[in-house]
Amino acid sequence: MLILGLDTSCDDTSAAVLEDGRIVLSNIIQSQVKLHQPHGGVVPELASREHIRNIMHVAQEALKTAQVKTEEIAAVAVTIGPGLIGSLLVGLYYAKGLAYGLGIPLVAVNHLEGHILSVFLEEDHPPFPFIILTVAGGHTSIYYVKDFGHYEQMGQTLDDAAGEAFDKVAKILGLGYPGGPVIERAAKKGDRERIKFPRAYLAKDSLDFSFSGLKTAVALYVKEWEKGGKDVTLEDISASFQEAVVDVLADKLILAARKKGVRHVCMAGGVASNSRLRERLLEVTGANGLKAYWPRPAYCTDNGAMIALAGYHRFMRGEVADLSIDVKSRFPIGQNA
Amino acid sequence: MNPSGPMKLAVRSNSSEETVGLGQKLGKLLTSGDVVALIGELGSGKTWFTKGIARGLDVPAETIVTSPSFTLVNCYEGRLPLYHMDGYRLEEASEFINAGLEEYFYMDGISVLEWADKWPELLPAWHLKARFKILGPDSREITFEGNHPRARQIIEAIEEELMREN
Repeated sequence: MLILGLDTSCDDTSAAVLEDGRIVLSNIIQSQVKLHQPHGGVVPELASREHIRNIMHVAQEALKTAQVKTEEIAAVAVTIGPGLIGSLLVGLYYAKGLAYGLGIPLVAVNHLEGHILSVFLEEDHPPFPFIILTVAGGHTSIYYVKDFGHYEQMGQTLDDAAGEAFDKVAKILGLGYPGGPVIERAAKKGDRERIKFPRAYLAKDSLDFSFSGLKTAVALYVKEWEKGGKDVTLEDISASFQEAVVDVLADKLILAARKKGVRHVCMAGGVASNSRLRERLLEVTGANGLKAYWPRPAYCTDNGAMIALAGYHRFMRGEVADLSIDVKSRFPIGQNA
Repeated sequence: MNPSGPMKLAVRSNSSEETVGLGQKLGKLLTSGDVVALIGELGSGKTWFTKGIARGLDVPAETIVTSPSFTLVNCYEGRLPLYHMDGYRLEEASEFINAGLEEYFYMDGISVLEWADKWPELLPAWHLKARFKILGPDSREITFEGNHPRARQIIEAIEEELMREN
């Protein structure tokens, strides 16, 4: 059975064809990073205009690469939230048109569920139950996953998402956009122990995150640093900041696994591609007798394959959407489409 | 105070909890159509202040108010709808308008806009300003400012509330 998955929730236009909920026949991602670079972030008006320009050829490219005819698609799965309203609308209305025109079901998918299930796009995926950290520009949350469709949120950020902290700190440091890769690159040449930035663990046992204090600490530090006289490099600041984020993410994942008595620990989302975070997660899971998983970078960024996979499982449970369905900018994972 | 100039009220906060508390006081006073313009650098407490406004509007405690920098607008349901907007990633006024954000000012509910000083010309006349200044790692100065009778009315009510407390 073939599912076409579409995602236009933020700055990437993506489409994928998935066979039998397991085999990725194609996964096309058209990134808008270059377009957004001068603005230091995603500009939604540009984003939705670009999605309109891209969606048709990205979807057709996905079908062509998969060597599949449009009529062979069993259902079309599309992200309806959370995300930028203008961007989500482009994907949803294209999907509605396809579903109506082809007379096939439309399946509405939560973007976060796509990230949670993205680990199943890899051959070496965790068994249920597992813990997963979804970490990107718009979200940072920990879930306990019992089965497909059964997600318990154990913690989330109380202010900024981790990816947002990377973006804002990169802007403070004048490193450009997107923040994750530019800080990671600078950090490789820096000393991560050089500056002890605050780690917000919040209450003992809390699985919530807070990154706004760290962002403020970096901003205040940079103000002092710019006056000169400190034997510290931009790379040291980058590395020390990154280490503060990585420490908290890794420690809370282990805490979550311990609370649930789970042996399998995963992460997904854009920040999950960070090489220092991967290194730390391997260290801490190894030290605690746990096993770590994450999908390859193409499945960490926003992508159609994870939406097709989440859509496949919804479709198998009979969760088909009405063509009158609308997008949702806020969309908690427990909520039904 | 010069009656013809804008009315101002400066309040000191010594922690993010106090900032939330001040936001809550404001939230309780707001009525449909009010617009709160937040101004202040990164990390000065704008999002935490908005958590307080949400609490003052009876948004359920289990709903967590997070930064809208990425999503541009987050909507919450309290005794009135709360539209929490963020202009951080935008540059031109046209981007703000094209993203549909200006429309929230004129809807039923409360609009709170972070980085509101980017396009002062887009704010409705009756908006209330709150300026955030970083004094130290935890302390902030929050200054309410307004010209319009509605904004003055809110500032007076906050002042009364603070005086009653002391």
